[in-house]
Amino acid sequence: MLIVGELINTSRKPIKEAIERGDAAYIRDIAVRQAEAGADYIDVNCGTLIHNEPETMAWLANIVREAVNVPLCIDSPNPEALEAGLKLATKGRPMLNSITAEPDRFEAVLPIVKNFKAKVVALCMDEEGIPSTAEKRIEIVRKLVEDLTAAGIEREDIYIDPLVKPISTSDQAGAELIAAVGFIRENFPGVHIICGLSNVSFGLPNRRVLNQAFMVQLMTVGMDSYILDPLDREMMGFFYASKALLGKDPFCTDYLKAHRRGLYRRD
Amino acid sequence: MAGFEDLSQAVLEGDEARVVEVTKSLLDSGVDPLDVINKGLITGMDRVGVLFKNNEMFVPEVLMSAKAMNAGVEVVKEKQQAFDMPSLGKVVIGTVRGDLHDIGKNLVAMMMESSGFTVYNLGVDIEPAKFVEAVKEYRPDIVAMSALLTTTMMNMKETIDALKEAGLKDKVKVIIGGAPITQEFADEIGADGYAPDAASATELCKQLVEGREKVGVPA
Repeated sequence: MLIVGELINTSRKPIKEAIERGDAAYIRDIAVRQAEAGADYIDVNCGTLIHNEPETMAWLANIVREAVNVPLCIDSPNPEALEAGLKLATKGRPMLNSITAEPDRFEAVLPIVKNFKAKVVALCMDEEGIPSTAEKRIEIVRKLVEDLTAAGIEREDIYIDPLVKPISTSDQAGAELIAAVGFIRENFPGVHIICGLSNVSFGLPNRRVLNQAFMVQLMTVGMDSYILDPLDREMMGFFYASKALLGKDPFCTDYLKAHRRGLYRRD
Repeated sequence: MAGFEDLSQAVLEGDEARVVEVTKSLLDSGVDPLDVINKGLITGMDRVGVLFKNNEMFVPEVLMSAKAMNAGVEVVKEKQQAFDMPSLGKVVIGTVRGDLHDIGKNLVAMMMESSGFTVYNLGVDIEPAKFVEAVKEYRPDIVAMSALLTTTMMNMKETIDALKEAGLKDKVKVIIGGAPITQEFADEIGADGYAPDAASATELCKQLVEGREKVGVPA
């Protein structure tokens, strides 16, 4: 079970503003708080800064690396930005987010994955986009796993992201993803399955409730990694509870730790 | 007898069967099909748009309403062979080159269509040249572009440049949207407008076809 803390992302206004005023202390604080709240990786994404993404990535990665002891997840579709961040992700093994089955992107990103011995998030999409059928999704997953392992990447270092779609525009999207995760878990032993959750609730009210319920449902069928906000106490509370209930928390250690940290306290 | 208000209410409620029934009964009693569409069906969708923008209605309900409305339009078309659908204007819409995301773009297209625009949905991964071709072919009032990726949003600028080169930029209004897009970016690349969501995009189109220049819609 793995949590990637998602808060250092320039699509979030406070982060964008902190970068604009060169406020390293703010970035440091967000990194530290995420690590303290249980993040195993700190995601760094500055993809909205199209004019100076690699420079900003390096600036952010350097701050985060010095602030926390958990490794970095360098998050960009841009190979230059990935390299700039990974060069500085020197604590532990970094994660690269992401590669896809689009031929150009696969070719461009694979050498970077190998060069930095990074764990890699592989998005379940190819040159035709996000698959709309279960068969197509499986086909892409198979291709990704085969091509990556053929290139020498261990299955344990592959994090398949099946890509969550909103249930508001397609009411079967949640059920389909749950089925897909179950299928991947059964047919591709060893690979990890990761996702961000918030897309599922796009266009609906009370998004937090949907995101939380979906996190638990996906974990039940085999999702083992999430990109989320570790400062969201309710979400983290359900995460540890769900993990313990599914027998993935020996002697309920993490659940009790969370209890002692006050995660379930009502205030 | 059921009237326009019933029809608009049935659209609002996404009650397809009722929309079909009321549309038929209005047409049978000799009501002008144009009125059935404008005063009944589109009025209903306009109300949906307002509620959607105020977070009182949500995406699945909007989709149900749009589906109900389309069922009504089909009834009108069936009954009136020579009927010309009224149109607020023509919109060419697509996701730009390199970007394969279509959920948001399709939502926008659907809202525009339900508000009375004629929409040509080109699909995803649309080359600048293809937008140019579509503008030549359909002669739209508006070109709407979508991008979800920061890596593809610059292709919006390329598309605008391609329209300029083809001498078409002044003949259309260009609007853009998508998760990473801002008003700032729209200004930077010379787009005529930006909208943060499907309801605002539809409003923006209405304002643009009414001839007002450079109207942004606040987030």
